[in-house]
Amino acid sequence: MITIDANGMHYRDLNRLIREGIGRGVKKFFLENVNGQYYIGDGIKGDDITININGIPGNDLGVFMDGPTIAVNGNAQDNVGNTMNAGKILIKGDAGDVVGYGMRGGRIYILGNAGYRVGIHMKGYNEQLPVIIIGGKVGSFFAEYMAGGVIVLLGLNDTDDAAGDYFAAGMHGGVIYLRKKIDFSKYSKEVELYEADDNDMAFLKKYLLEYADDFNISFEDIAGKPFYKIVPSSARPYAHLYTSA
Amino acid sequence: MLKLKNKFSVERDISGCGLCGIINAKKVKTTGEDIKKAISVEHDRGNGLGGGFAVYGNYQDYAELYAFHIMYDNLSAKGNVEEYLKNNFIIEKEEPIPTSKTSKIKDHPYLHRYFMKPKSDRQDKLFHDLGDDDFVVQSVMSINEKYDGAYVFSSGKNMGAFKGVGYPEDIADFYKLDEVEGYMWTAHNRFPTNTPGWWGGAHPFTLLDWSIVHNGEISSYGINKRYLEMYKYNLSLKTDTEVITYIFDLLVRKHGLPIELATTVLAAPFYQNIDKMDNKKKELLTTLRQIYGSALLNGPFAIVFGYSGGMVAMNDRIKLRPLVAATMGDFTYVASEEAAIRAICPSPDLVWSPKAGEPVIVKFEELVAQKGGLIGL
Amino acid sequence: MIKSSFSNIQSEYLALIDHTKCVRCKRCIQNCGWGTYSFGGDKILSDHTKCVACGRCYTYCPEGAISIVKNPTVIRENGNWKENHIKSIWKQSETGGIVISGMGTTFKYKKYFDHILLDACQVTNPSIDPLREPMELKTYLGKKPSKIELDFNEEGEPILKTKMPPQIELQTPFVFGAMSYGSISLNAQKAMALAARALGIVMNTGEGGLHDDLVPFGKNIIVQVASGRFGVHRDYLNSGIAVEIKIGQGAKPGIGGHLPGEKIGLDISRTRMIPIGTDAISPAPHHDIYSIEDLRQLIFAIKEATNYEKPVSVKVAAVHNIAAIVSGIVRAGADIVYIDGYTGGTGAAPNIIKDHVGIPIELALAQVDERLREEGIRNEASLIAAGSIRSSADAVKAIALGADAVAIGTAALIVMGCHVCGKCNTGNCSWGITTQRPELVRRLDPEVYGERLYNLISAWSHEIQEVLGAMGVNSIESLRGSRERLRGVELTDAELKVLGIKHAGL
Repeated sequence: MITIDANGMHYRDLNRLIREGIGRGVKKFFLENVNGQYYIGDGIKGDDITININGIPGNDLGVFMDGPTIAVNGNAQDNVGNTMNAGKILIKGDAGDVVGYGMRGGRIYILGNAGYRVGIHMKGYNEQLPVIIIGGKVGSFFAEYMAGGVIVLLGLNDTDDAAGDYFAAGMHGGVIYLRKKIDFSKYSKEVELYEADDNDMAFLKKYLLEYADDFNISFEDIAGKPFYKIVPSSARPYAHLYTSA
Repeated sequence: MLKLKNKFSVERDISGCGLCGIINAKKVKTTGEDIKKAISVEHDRGNGLGGGFAVYGNYQDYAELYAFHIMYDNLSAKGNVEEYLKNNFIIEKEEPIPTSKTSKIKDHPYLHRYFMKPKSDRQDKLFHDLGDDDFVVQSVMSINEKYDGAYVFSSGKNMGAFKGVGYPEDIADFYKLDEVEGYMWTAHNRFPTNTPGWWGGAHPFTLLDWSIVHNGEISSYGINKRYLEMYKYNLSLKTDTEVITYIFDLLVRKHGLPIELATTVLAAPFYQNIDKMDNKKKELLTTLRQIYGSALLNGPFAIVFGYSGGMVAMNDRIKLRPLVAATMGDFTYVASEEAAIRAICPSPDLVWSPKAGEPVIVKFEELVAQKGGLIGL
Repeated sequence: MIKSSFSNIQSEYLALIDHTKCVRCKRCIQNCGWGTYSFGGDKILSDHTKCVACGRCYTYCPEGAISIVKNPTVIRENGNWKENHIKSIWKQSETGGIVISGMGTTFKYKKYFDHILLDACQVTNPSIDPLREPMELKTYLGKKPSKIELDFNEEGEPILKTKMPPQIELQTPFVFGAMSYGSISLNAQKAMALAARALGIVMNTGEGGLHDDLVPFGKNIIVQVASGRFGVHRDYLNSGIAVEIKIGQGAKPGIGGHLPGEKIGLDISRTRMIPIGTDAISPAPHHDIYSIEDLRQLIFAIKEATNYEKPVSVKVAAVHNIAAIVSGIVRAGADIVYIDGYTGGTGAAPNIIKDHVGIPIELALAQVDERLREEGIRNEASLIAAGSIRSSADAVKAIALGADAVAIGTAALIVMGCHVCGKCNTGNCSWGITTQRPELVRRLDPEVYGERLYNLISAWSHEIQEVLGAMGVNSIESLRGSRERLRGVELTDAELKVLGIKHAGL
């Protein structure tokens, strides 16, 4: 276990210290006074490695990450979990835009809100099943081009609609679960809406339990309502659009 | 009108040639008689369209001042340039360059010299923090580019270039070089191949203390020029010689390369030879080629390059131009033809032909002890 | 809506069989990926509508009994309403679709390479015999410091202090352009990998990930990261010699792409790391790059993931403001910039984009090189020029205009039998190149075509050496950016100015 005071440190030095630590066999990292350093956890590997962050990590948190767990005791900026392959990212506050872009595996749990284009082009592959759970609400273009994996939008702060416009535009794979419906006009034409059945709820339970446990909140409070399920109507949404010369 | 500058519609001016150099490592001086005698043996390597000399140690009394040699083809140009000089330099002394009327050199520009140093409160200090050398370089380029009818052909300290249109032996007489003394001399006999002769285009080409005489045509001129332009060199003369001078200036003065390494940029060893070297040397030379590939001088050349610390003579990496070297006591001689050396030193201690790309480097002895032997460049 | 049953579009070619020569061996039926031929009981029948003139059938007909001719039935000629306009209207009115095709544009725009002539030595400087004297083509791609840093030991000998950024060493200034597994077959990629290794150059995975079979070729592979992030993970980034971020492609600047689900079989699914049968959509932009500082962010995300050991290349299409764009890319930290001209190829792109968007590589390259020099940052990144390099002469001219190396894509496919029929998008390539149909892919032998690619690049390299020798230089770096060795013919003042070269005779 090591603690790194990141105050005033350039990301290149901070990330090098982490990589060197991993090389020496360090498993637990505590980063203090983080403020805007990019690429924390970039391309690191190892299921038993954890990084705790106090402060605001910079963009591309956990980019290309393959196994470790990162916990942020606050907000995160843009591109959390970019092209991530495995591992887990916990955000106790809000996350910025483009969460989980091209993510292929692992989990991103956000207690607060997330920005635009959450889960864009998220993919599943074989046994790799990426999962994003957002506690609050999200911006527009949610799950754009989603190709695989699971996104759960809880909408816990019951004020207004939990998602913006162009909901699931171009979605052609994976599943979205909603804890409550959003305005019908926001759904893209490429998806279909169903009520989640028992199988769905059984599948969701293990992730929601973990989420509740991670954030120290009540499972019953988040799993209480009936859920809705959104799936693409076709894995080939654009097949009819082209004609060969 | 006399031709001071290259106004011909050619991308550059190229020439065949003969060259010579004499250096005394202990700084024992000789007059211009010897070098004149040597270069005149190579008479047939030129065609009377350019001859010239560089001499070091000739301005001992003004050794700390920049000695500008300027050619003018009219007096209003002189007035304009002098206004610029007065605004920016403290001129300690100025006078016509001594010449003698000879039957061989009839048309010549007005030739004047100035011994001066840049003013510490010159106007450009408001905008830049150029060192004196850089300011002199900038002034030379600015005068040569912007002032019609004026051309600075020498700007170093305790050295001078003397050149013009004519055979070198006639140019020597014209400048009365038999009365000039120096511890290093270079000379050039020119055979221009694509322009008529012009005064500014004669060799040596000089900048600060650098002087170059050069035989051959640089086939890589196009990229060498564009490379130097990236470092804000203004190649107004459009000659190979100018390119070589600026490459030395960039490598040695600005980038701090020892002279020996600079020569390995100009005539880089082939990769197949680099690959045979020990790892450290291999890495160094590979890195040099990677960084300075655009400064490689490709094509035939032999050069004699003078600077305040000594003299370098070298030819290209596949030896397309001749070069002979000889030593006699503290004297080293280089020339295109052995006969030129034998004319003034009939029985040298040692005579040899340097290998392709292998420089002959002679440094003045009192400087050798310092870092790399190269401080003072 | 009533579906009309007929099409206005007539077959473009006629597949004619000389039945007096035909021995009914049916090789044509096997060889044609398009289903043009069938056996009618006693003779071979041709369905002309299916023929694309890919040349496979007559190449493999043992009797020379097949000729493919342009359909002599004319669409009435009209200087304004050209055949392609009329056909597109018919096609789109019948399908309602965007017309797409493979390869580059078929339009006859001016080819600037064909209006540039090279210099040679006569008398004043000597030409060099390239066969018997050394002639260096070795090229390093990557960021170069502007100056060397040295220390000196006690003897005054220089010790190298410069830590050279990572470089790609090429034995000859060619690379294979990016072509993904999916857009082309694995065998086609393998042929390039074998050739690249033998030649000491590199191939490029394209955006479709790295197949397991290619992993051993890592030192000769650039791995690509495109907007779809297919197959991109940390080990992938570290498995090649360099990483390329694909922003754009000459054939289709500004738009994404998608590999139709029917091409995503088991093997491609594994390589791209996506499920079988789903469309592989590449978004138009990278969704983590909406601005130049975001490009910097991705470049350094990759550098962090690869411990700063791999050069990062950025591939862009040549568009109107390319000089400023590339300047920004270089300042964003790219080590290599790959510029793809508008005649570059593609596996599939809308014709409207392919035929009308972008600018010629010659003009783009000339302006980019000049701009980087003006800004004093030409050393900060290497330039790769691409977009239909058709010969070693094109390569020489590109290098003299300022490229460090050139990329070849279409030419490499032509080596493998491609006749540039432009039907790559259909997946029926009879030559086994742009298809995933196992019976077609099998016929492309990587060893055979790897050797032919080796032959082509070797021959082109020798030709470059001939040109260097004629120009009197013995190293490619003395040609690079040396526009003084180029002259233009039949070019306007504006064109000469953009190219930075003089008219012939001057």
